[in-house]
Amino acid sequence: MSALTTAAISPELSVEISPEMSGQPFTDEELVRIRADFPILERTVRDGKPLVYLDSGATSQKPFVVLDAEREFYERHNSAVHRGAHQLSEEGTELYERARSTIAAFVGARHDEVVFTKNATEGLNLAAYAFSNAAAGGGGGSGSRFALGPGDEVLVTEMEHHANLIPWQELTRRTGATLRWVPVTDAGRLDLDGLDGLLTERTKVFAFTHASNVLGTVNPVRELADRAHAVGALAVLDACQSVPHLPVDVVDLGVDLMAWSGHKMLGPLGVGVLWGRPEILEEMPVFLTGGSMIETVTMERSTYAPVPQKFEAGVPMAAQAIGLGVAAEYLGELGMDRVAAHEEVLSAHLLDALAQRPWVRVVGPGSEPDRGGTVAFVVDGVHAHDVGQVLDNDGVAVRVGHHCAWPLHRRFGVAATTRVTVAAYNTVAEIDTMLASLDRVPAMFGVDG
Amino acid sequence: MDLYQELILEHSKRPHRAGLREPFDAEVHHVNPTCGDEVTIRVELDGEVVRDLSYDALGCSISVASASVLSEQVTGHSVREALEAYNAMRAMLTSKGQDPGDEDLLGDGVAFAGVAKYPARVKCALLGWSAFTDALVRAGIDITHITLPEPVAEKG
Repeated sequence: MSALTTAAISPELSVEISPEMSGQPFTDEELVRIRADFPILERTVRDGKPLVYLDSGATSQKPFVVLDAEREFYERHNSAVHRGAHQLSEEGTELYERARSTIAAFVGARHDEVVFTKNATEGLNLAAYAFSNAAAGGGGGSGSRFALGPGDEVLVTEMEHHANLIPWQELTRRTGATLRWVPVTDAGRLDLDGLDGLLTERTKVFAFTHASNVLGTVNPVRELADRAHAVGALAVLDACQSVPHLPVDVVDLGVDLMAWSGHKMLGPLGVGVLWGRPEILEEMPVFLTGGSMIETVTMERSTYAPVPQKFEAGVPMAAQAIGLGVAAEYLGELGMDRVAAHEEVLSAHLLDALAQRPWVRVVGPGSEPDRGGTVAFVVDGVHAHDVGQVLDNDGVAVRVGHHCAWPLHRRFGVAATTRVTVAAYNTVAEIDTMLASLDRVPAMFGVDG
Repeated sequence: MDLYQELILEHSKRPHRAGLREPFDAEVHHVNPTCGDEVTIRVELDGEVVRDLSYDALGCSISVASASVLSEQVTGHSVREALEAYNAMRAMLTSKGQDPGDEDLLGDGVAFAGVAKYPARVKCALLGWSAFTDALVRAGIDITHITLPEPVAEKG
């Protein structure tokens, strides 16, 4: 095999996390070391204010090791992977496939079950178009379970990100199938009382999110997957807000397909993952077609490569995938149980503080189990854009708007919310900075605070 | 913060001439899809004069205050003057802070000059104004002869 400079691509991680601390939040000393790995946290914004980045749910920041891995690929191994017999291509291919193994292991999966996509949105569209192509008799798949038509149903939930809603709206429109959805309770949980009436023999797909990108709600994935399987439906999971924040194991979850994005888990932009059960991926028709994904091609017709290559048309984003592999290693070193415990401390601190402010209303569950680190809220009488602008002026970056979950906001009767999302590198002191800034809002906009 | 001038906050707390009124020649509903801000604009024309601009604005302080200023600046003015005000507002907001705005044309609208430094908020400030031009078109006004000012060159 070629002589790879693997030390550079898979660098010595600078974090040293004690294994005896399993399940514990990070210590102050550990947090200092973790933060030192993220160069952007050093910068200031808005006239010299230290950056307080509380928008990791939109995209996370990247540690040096990820940036170095991408740069190293371009400096040493840049090539079109899975093409050519020269050394660079061999090296690039090996690194790319090694990243696939790392990411698979990160979620308890096997190498060939992981498909690289542009992002989670593409992964979910890949799934939806596989059904569409099956219905049209194309795509080379063999599974009749993918062929949708009138009388069939696709079930989603009212708390979905647009990325796990619109592909299914369009799929049902193209195929004549019917879209249904599970409503959300006032407490921000899925209303499962009526699930038996919604999840029936007609349901071919049940697509739902693991953790809401607005409410913070963590859904009972195993139960929902089992109930989908009981009626013969496929369970498709949006794991964008869970894989970066919680220990995730695809075997435990029991779903059939799971999509998530790389850039929300400390990895580069431009790469996401679709995981699937091997037999499902085998049967599934292809989505994007072209180079790399073929077995044989004639002018009339083509046959397709084995999984996962048949889903990876074109020269792939190797540098990003390799960077994502290093991000998974980095999170693995931190320990996802410790990341989850740390984020729980931050969100509990924030939720407790918001509960003491009667002019703030949290949209979603309070401080309780089955809740992630995402906290969305409204300030009575002040639009979220204005709240976000005041915070921004103090160097605090949050997300404002409907966070690509417009129907969910409509459900709660609000046009927009202010959303705080945290990651391994955030501190309680940063939450306090955000709260101090928030406390300036009521007076500024003349509402009771 | 130069964004939230007192005038803007005043207009957002107590928007002038707010509410939808009859009669009207055209009604439009515009949204800002990134944040869900919504505005409904009605125009009533009397020949070449904007007799009334009534509105219902639901959104951030910038978009509500901007609709309030819009109604003040165009009501009772000729379509030509109203479009000149629109052009001046647009030029100021897209100037990245280079154009302080013409108070003769914009009135309280010059308070929005600071918005130009916040690209994410320019759309909030223009939402009602853009809807107004759409309403004029729907009321049968030809606005194609109105030319936009040259954009200000970026520095550096």
